[in-house]
Amino acid sequence: MSGQDVVIVGAGPAGIRAAQTLVAYGLRPSLIDESLRGGGQIYRRQPENFKRSAKALYGFEASKAQAVHATLDRLQKDIDYRPQTLVWNSEQHTLDTLCDGVAEQVRYRQLIVATGATDRILPVPGWTLPGVYSLGASQIALKFQGCAIGERVVFAGSGPLLYLVAYQYAKAGAQVVAVLDSSPLSAQARALPALLGQPATLAKGLYYRAWLTAHGVAVHQGVALRRIEGERRVSAAVYAADGQEQVLPCDAIAFAHALRSETQLADLLGCDFAWSPLNRAWLPTRDAAGRSSVDGVYLAGDGAGIMGADAAEMAGELAALTLLGDIGYTVDRTRSLALQQRLEAIQRFRRGLETAFPFPEDWAARAPDEVMICRCEEITAGDIRQTVAQGHWEINRVKAMCRVGMGRCQGRMCGLAAAEIVAQSSGRDISGVGRLRGQAPIKPLPFGVETER
Amino acid sequence: MALLKRLAEHDRDVLPFTLDGQAASGLRGDTLLTAVLTADDYLRGSDFSAEPRAGFCLMGACQDCWVRLGDGRRVRACSTLLEADLRVSREPGRRP
Repeated sequence: MSGQDVVIVGAGPAGIRAAQTLVAYGLRPSLIDESLRGGGQIYRRQPENFKRSAKALYGFEASKAQAVHATLDRLQKDIDYRPQTLVWNSEQHTLDTLCDGVAEQVRYRQLIVATGATDRILPVPGWTLPGVYSLGASQIALKFQGCAIGERVVFAGSGPLLYLVAYQYAKAGAQVVAVLDSSPLSAQARALPALLGQPATLAKGLYYRAWLTAHGVAVHQGVALRRIEGERRVSAAVYAADGQEQVLPCDAIAFAHALRSETQLADLLGCDFAWSPLNRAWLPTRDAAGRSSVDGVYLAGDGAGIMGADAAEMAGELAALTLLGDIGYTVDRTRSLALQQRLEAIQRFRRGLETAFPFPEDWAARAPDEVMICRCEEITAGDIRQTVAQGHWEINRVKAMCRVGMGRCQGRMCGLAAAEIVAQSSGRDISGVGRLRGQAPIKPLPFGVETER
Repeated sequence: MALLKRLAEHDRDVLPFTLDGQAASGLRGDTLLTAVLTADDYLRGSDFSAEPRAGFCLMGACQDCWVRLGDGRRVRACSTLLEADLRVSREPGRRP
C-alpha cells in the first residue's frame, strides 16, 4: 500500500494541468498514466530517440503540445509520477494498479479522473480486416511511430479529426486516396454561426479541408462508407453517394465518427451518470467546477464529455482549484470563474461541431445483419437483433444474453454501436436502452500478477 | 507483405527479433505492433473464428493486438516497445 492524499488518473492535458495546479499550492499528487511518456493521445509524444520537430508532429498545436510536455517534465521531481501504470479497479478510496506485471494498491483522499477518450466507432462489414484502423489509431501510427497505416489510405467517417489526419498523412508523404465525410456540406453551413465563436479553430478546420482539395485529394461530402472489401486484408472501400455504390481500391482505411468518453473508472467509483444528448452517450455528471456526484472525486477532460484538448487543460486546472478549495485552501476565485466561462464558450462551439458533423442517425437501420458489432466476442448486428426479438431491450440484459460488449475490450469499441442497434430494433430512443455498466478489471489482467508486499 | 509503411524516422538502430521463430528486424523505438506489421500483415487470430487481426485503436483500448513473448508474457503490441532479441509469437486464434 502506498500513495499520496491526492491522486490524478491520466497524464493528458487535463491531468498534467491538474498536477501543476496542485503542486503550485504545495501538494505532491500522484499522477498515474497508462502510457510510456505522458501527454495523452492528441499530444502523444514520440519515443525518445525520434527526431521530428514538434511542428512536424503537432502542426498548429505545436506550442501547446510542447508547453504541456515541458510542464510534465518539470513536475516530475515534485509529484509521484507513475507512467505505464494501469488503474484496473477502485474501491473505498483505494485504486488497484498494475505496472510491469506488479499489482499495487494506491490510497487516495481526493481523486481527479482524467481518463480521456477513444474513437467512436460505427462498424461496417469488413471493419475487422487487417488494414482497418480507427482515425485516432491512424494518427498515432504517424505521430508516435512515423508510419502510415498503408500505401494507399482512405479516411472515412466524420468529425474534426477526419480532415486533420488526412491532411497530416498527405503532408507526411502518404498517398491519401480519398476523404469520405458522412456529413453533408449543408450541415456545415448550418453550423457556421456557432463555430464562429472560436474563429481560430474554425479557420484551422477550413484550412485542412482547403489544403487537401488544393493538393488533389478527393473529398466527398454527404457519403457513407458502406463496407470494406478484402480477403485477409483490405483491398477496397465501398461507399454510397446519391444512391450509387462506388468502389475505391485501397490497402488501408481509417474511420470513426468523432470521439467517446472513457468512463469506466468513474463508473466503478460510483459516480452518477446522465444521458448527454450532445455526446449521444451516458456521462458521469459534474458541476460547473468539476465535482462529480461522489465526495472527493473530480472529473476533468474528455473522459467526462468530449470538448477537446484546450478545454481539457482548462478543466484540469479548474478541477484542481475546486479540489483545493474544498479541502480548505484559499484559492483564486476569479481564476476559477474565468476558466468556467471559457469552458462554457468551448461548449457552445462543441454544439456547433455537432451540427457540422451530425451523428448518422440512419446508421443502425442500414447496418446489415452480417456486420460484426463486437469484434472481441464476434457478435453481429443480426445476433443482437435476434436477442431483441426475444424481448430484451436493456443493454446489460442484451449483453448477458448474447455476449455483445462482454469481451476483452469491455464494450469500448462496440458498446455505443450495440446500443444503437438495440434502440433501432426495439423501437426505442437511444437514451432509453440503458447504460452499459463497467466491471473490474476494466482492462484485461495477465495471469501471474505479482503483488507488492 | 507489410501492412504499415514507414514514412519518417528511418535512421535508427536496427533491433533483431524473431516472429514465430523466424528472424525479423525492427528499429529502436518501434512498438511490437510496428515491428511486426512493417514485416507482415497480422498480429493474431480472432478468438472465435481465427480471422486475422492487426490491432485497431493503437491506444490500449481495443485489446486486439495481444501477442506472446518468449518468456511467456502476453502483451499488447501497440503499447510495448521492441527490444533486441525478443521472441514474439502470434496466437492463431480458435476456429469454430
